[in-house]
Amino acid sequence: MTAADSLVPLPYDRKAAEQQIGPDWAETARTAFHWMLRARALDARMQALQRQGRIGFYGAATGQEAVNVAAGLVSRPEDWIASGLREQLTALVRGHDLTTYVHHLFADALDPALGRNMPCHPTAREVHYLAMSSVIGTQISHAVGLGRAAQYRHDPSVALAFFGDGATSSNDFHAGLNFAGVWKAPVVFCCTNNQWAISIPVERQTAASSLAMKGSAYGIPGRQVDGTDFIAVYSELRQAIDRARRGEGPSLIEFVLFRMTPHSTSDDPTRYQPPDWAARARAHDPVDRLRGWLTAQGLLDPAQEAEWTRAADAEVRAAIEKAEATPPPPPDSLFRDGVSRGGG
Amino acid sequence: MTELTLVQAVNRGLAEAMRQDPDVLLLGEDIGTNGGVFRATEGLQKEFGAERVIDTPLSECGIVGTAIGMALYGLKPVAEIQFLDFIYPAFDQIVSELSKFRYRSGGQYPCHVVVRAPYGGGIRGGLYHSQSTEAFFCHTAGLKVVIPSTPADAKGLLLTAIHDEDPVMFLEPKRIYRSITGEVPDGDYRIPFGKARVAREGTDLTLVAYGAMMVPTLAAAERLAQDGLQAEVLDLRTLVPLDEATLLASVEKTGRLVIVHEAARTAGFGAEIAAIVAEKALYSLKAPIVRVTGYDTPFPYALEHLYLPSEERIVEAARGVGRTG
Repeated sequence: MTAADSLVPLPYDRKAAEQQIGPDWAETARTAFHWMLRARALDARMQALQRQGRIGFYGAATGQEAVNVAAGLVSRPEDWIASGLREQLTALVRGHDLTTYVHHLFADALDPALGRNMPCHPTAREVHYLAMSSVIGTQISHAVGLGRAAQYRHDPSVALAFFGDGATSSNDFHAGLNFAGVWKAPVVFCCTNNQWAISIPVERQTAASSLAMKGSAYGIPGRQVDGTDFIAVYSELRQAIDRARRGEGPSLIEFVLFRMTPHSTSDDPTRYQPPDWAARARAHDPVDRLRGWLTAQGLLDPAQEAEWTRAADAEVRAAIEKAEATPPPPPDSLFRDGVSRGGG
Repeated sequence: MTELTLVQAVNRGLAEAMRQDPDVLLLGEDIGTNGGVFRATEGLQKEFGAERVIDTPLSECGIVGTAIGMALYGLKPVAEIQFLDFIYPAFDQIVSELSKFRYRSGGQYPCHVVVRAPYGGGIRGGLYHSQSTEAFFCHTAGLKVVIPSTPADAKGLLLTAIHDEDPVMFLEPKRIYRSITGEVPDGDYRIPFGKARVAREGTDLTLVAYGAMMVPTLAAAERLAQDGLQAEVLDLRTLVPLDEATLLASVEKTGRLVIVHEAARTAGFGAEIAAIVAEKALYSLKAPIVRVTGYDTPFPYALEHLYLPSEERIVEAARGVGRTG
């Protein structure tokens, strides 16, 4: 990657885009961009609200939108999403209601999980999106179990496991990929390598020259992809999901991208990131790259974008208004859903 | 009714559950072709196929992690951990994921996994084939913890566990896998959780135990009877949920309590029982509560007979309590 902060354009003509995405390439790319604008509106607003003390925590996905949106668009309803920290947008693209998600961020009485998790840890079974923990990597094995269950029932479902570069050092990365390889399970391992595990750069996470190459140790094909190039991401994901659905086994995809925000609202990256990081990241901003490409193809004009942005902002604000008018979960909800022995 | 050993009863319970419900499947190390190192799954792969009795790679976190995924999908996996001593790679999956999925999802993702694990000493298994660490799991909200001590209970509690909507740690006292036999009902037989078994009625003191410790505890009760002390012996069967009513009723009747477990003493489950009795039945007590337990040392190999509570240690403790007050 160069240090130049001029935007790296997407290298496709229309024919190439059609080859990568399919006959509905133009509409898919426009829909993806629309979702990215909504994601940016949400991330910007929520980070501000956290600073104002109106929500407790936020983990932005800024810079990872190409992967999140592509996963939402290319997966089918019967597929499953075992998320890491930054795939809430995938749940929204798959149909999870934005207002419900904002209730979760506010941990209020209308959060389906009754405010039990920190913000950005939503549950959305209606779109086959698991309830994540904050433990790194554990969801990787869950995805393999989902895939094995689909195999057992002869269902055409594929499980997508999302995790960051840091999670490739976890126990469950090893166990999960190994089990999936042996079982030939219908799983796509999606490693969003944003190059930072909080303060540790990926070069100090592994001595391997790529994360994708780790697949070969498990007999799983591994591919490294530009994770800020929506068209490439969509194409790679589709191929891996199709392959899994055909019964040909799991894949590992390493999406190389750039974390464009702090790790979370609790983090100060000036303590560890090099001064030119932000400029390098901006040159690979997935939203700017897709905007540039759509504009060059004549598929987007500023008026359209302004309208989408305005609508996205209004949608987010309306959801916030509802959440702020909602009481916290009732005290007795503490004892629902599980083994309660009282205590206290 | 069929006369079975405890491990055979586990096997019959698994087979019964699998015949009842195609969503029940088994996974673990060496459980298929080999039938499990203790033969708990003997013959099951032959009857139900390799897709339902899955020999996994050697990774406990993989076994429990993938079992969780299967349960989230809607299956009812029963995972075998070869020895409880080897469960710690899966501890993260059990404590962070299995126990919390239903709660953190607001009930959207029940996580009905049964984790079976042989536990306990007395088989000359040394440090790493002998430990009783049930208290770790009792301390974790969201898990049920079940320990049978008879063949009939093994089958009845296992079938209840497999049909429970919450995760269950099913700990099998391997020392008595084959040393005791008993009549076991055929077919679908279930024992509800949270009901202790009064293994022996008595009026002078209460002995509380579970798992393999029932054997020396019951033997001790017979010895005490020769001295004229009638001990009531309770087999807890499920530590979580705990049958407080039966425990308290017995202590209120006898006024004396000896707790027996082979786990180490400090923060063992006996401390919880003692605390409950102190909180809720203190004025019924005629003597201090006494625990007879394993020592606060790692589990020894050559000297395991000294580590494990014996009939003699239980008798001695009970006599001490019986003389007091």
